[in-house]
Amino acid sequence: MVEVLEHYNIGQSNFKIVLAVPKLVKKAKPGQFVVLRVSENGERIPMSIADMDREAGTLTVIYQVIGKTTALLATVKPGEYIMDCVGPLGNPSHVDKKGKYMVIGGGIGIAPIHPVAQKARENGNEVYGIIGARTKELIFFEDEMRKACNRLYICTDDGSYGEKGFVSNVLQRLIDEGDKPDFILAIGPVPMMKAVCETTRPYSIPTWVSVNPIMIDGTGMCGACRVSVGGVTKFGCVDGPDFDGHLLDFDLLTSRLRMYIPQEREAMKKFQEEVHTPYVGPKS
Amino acid sequence: MPELSKVERMKLPRQSMLEQKPEERKHNFKEVPFGYTPELAIQEAQRCIQCKIPKCVEGCPVEVQIPQFIELITERKFAEASRKIKETNSLPAICGRVCPQEEQCEERCVLGKKFKPVAIGNLERFVSDYERDNNLTELPEIAPSTGKKVAIIGSGPAGLTAAGDLIRLGHSVTIFEALHKPGGVLVYGIPEFRLPKSIVNSEVEYLKKMGVKVMTSHVIGKIDTVDELLNEEGYDAVFIGTGAGLPNFMRIPGENLNGVYSANEFLTRSNLMKAYDFPNADTPIAKGKNVAVLGGGNTAMDSVRTALRLGAENAYIVYRRSQVEMPARAAEIHHAEQEGVQFILLTNPVRFIGNKDGWVEKMECIRMELGEPDESGRCRPIPIEGSNFEIDVDIVVIAIGNRSNPLVVQTTPGLKTNRWGNIIADPETMETSKRGVFAGGDIVTGGATVILAAGAGKKAARAIHDFVMSKK
Repeated sequence: MVEVLEHYNIGQSNFKIVLAVPKLVKKAKPGQFVVLRVSENGERIPMSIADMDREAGTLTVIYQVIGKTTALLATVKPGEYIMDCVGPLGNPSHVDKKGKYMVIGGGIGIAPIHPVAQKARENGNEVYGIIGARTKELIFFEDEMRKACNRLYICTDDGSYGEKGFVSNVLQRLIDEGDKPDFILAIGPVPMMKAVCETTRPYSIPTWVSVNPIMIDGTGMCGACRVSVGGVTKFGCVDGPDFDGHLLDFDLLTSRLRMYIPQEREAMKKFQEEVHTPYVGPKS
Repeated sequence: MPELSKVERMKLPRQSMLEQKPEERKHNFKEVPFGYTPELAIQEAQRCIQCKIPKCVEGCPVEVQIPQFIELITERKFAEASRKIKETNSLPAICGRVCPQEEQCEERCVLGKKFKPVAIGNLERFVSDYERDNNLTELPEIAPSTGKKVAIIGSGPAGLTAAGDLIRLGHSVTIFEALHKPGGVLVYGIPEFRLPKSIVNSEVEYLKKMGVKVMTSHVIGKIDTVDELLNEEGYDAVFIGTGAGLPNFMRIPGENLNGVYSANEFLTRSNLMKAYDFPNADTPIAKGKNVAVLGGGNTAMDSVRTALRLGAENAYIVYRRSQVEMPARAAEIHHAEQEGVQFILLTNPVRFIGNKDGWVEKMECIRMELGEPDESGRCRPIPIEGSNFEIDVDIVVIAIGNRSNPLVVQTTPGLKTNRWGNIIADPETMETSKRGVFAGGDIVTGGATVILAAGAGKKAARAIHDFVMSKK
């Protein structure tokens, strides 16, 4: 059982949850992930690490309510417990010295690029970030990211905050202005990561992405998280989660992520018909 | 009952267990056999002629005192019989169900020469169920504390057996399990209809009552390394029993289409995550009308019978050799046949064909013929050119074996492995190339059986005991 220390809504259906996992955070490195299980009959869901406090022994996860499990997670109050938090899983991101190191976070993907930016900067990179979301309300971690990066660019699809457009548009503009990064790590929805990779492909800028496929154990046992990288099958959990985005088959990733959509709808419908008191704590 | 002569006893018919009818059981996940009644058990036990030099015991990897426990059954001392087994085997209710007795104890039974062998497995199962169901379980004597700490990595049959033996010897024992429930393959792999999970739970609870600590959701190689356990956390020895946990795929086109599962994933969803009870359990599983399971081992049989129970209209076993070469137990193949599984033999898939939504809809196969025996002693299957044909499928389960999981090995310098990534261990002591580190079960042998893993756990426990007691 894992205690929830803090939990609040950070805009629309996005939540921030802080878990007490002292041993896990001692080992966790930027880019790794955890697998959560909320209730006894619950699913095992992989979640990126948004922040770690080794002294306090806490781990922060930012998530969006999209299905039954995340909806159920959103009902857990501080002081209550979830069943499990396993980790740290997967390999850490490449945060060694690259020179101009760009982090790109889209939507909920802003969360996992935060610790990567921190570490990359600590390792002597000039770190600059682009964060984007559909609308102003969905931008979070602005202060944290400003602190972690040398420079930060913000954009929204609807132009309600920062530049209007997608993160890939901002990236293209920077490249056009001659501000070409030596390395990019992009994390976010699949179409966003794909757009970033297509933007950088003509310039041969090394562009890595972090995948979040469907998983069960997260230790290489089940093979649910298969992705194709340069035509070779890899496991997202033990070979990733970061892969060379110019070699990754994004269409396969998209297709595999859609495998259980009918069941996900059914579970969500059943959940909504039951009586639940969603916990929506104070806004941060 | 009047005393029977040896010859009369040998001539008694072998008693079968009552079981669910195939038509009924293929629609539920309840256990197939109901087990013996006390009367049936006594009748079967009377068939044992109590050999002075029992061959059956030689066939048992954990040296269960078979004639002795069977004799106790004839005296109606069922719980005592169970305790007799437990002197050498910590997991009798499990082994009674999943051991390949026909290749071990029962194969050696002298009755088998002229008649059918004594149903040792059924009897083992009966007495351990009797003891548990009647709350007659007693904790064994535990030696005074030695002050030594042993870490066990993995809670499958090897780890559970090693833990049970070591705790009895007075050591402090902690099991680290990566998943959220202990039991390893016994909970994620073997289906409920063959091994009810309540039985695994009660075996684990029994170990906990003896003082074994179980840390679930704890991935060694990630949150802790073997070196940290030994050097920082004060463990005197480590036993690695992490199993064969990395699924093999066919490496043919279309393998990543939706609907194509590894057996590990398919079974884990159904067993550990209880996806057969979706949406009451949250984890989904794809159900298909036409399900093809590739492979001929016990895992393939478990998968295909699971698919039937999930509602498949056509459940196929597709195997590249003939039925004779199938590694699955005869009883499992028989159960699958009874339930209506269709066997497509001497056939190998060459590619999977998807629909526009990325779901598998057909499988192209090629017919095979058997050639000369290969290094495994089985005839090598050779494709027959031009014999390709297609099968309609909406689910494919690949059950062609597992490789070893590298998480522990990669993070443990000094641990030698063979070319398949299996840990090299002394076959008698299970000692590895690293001091204080022992290993056993599938991580050493590659995919094998529950009882061989339990046997390795047993040998390792003996050697670990000697090792920690000689340590200053």
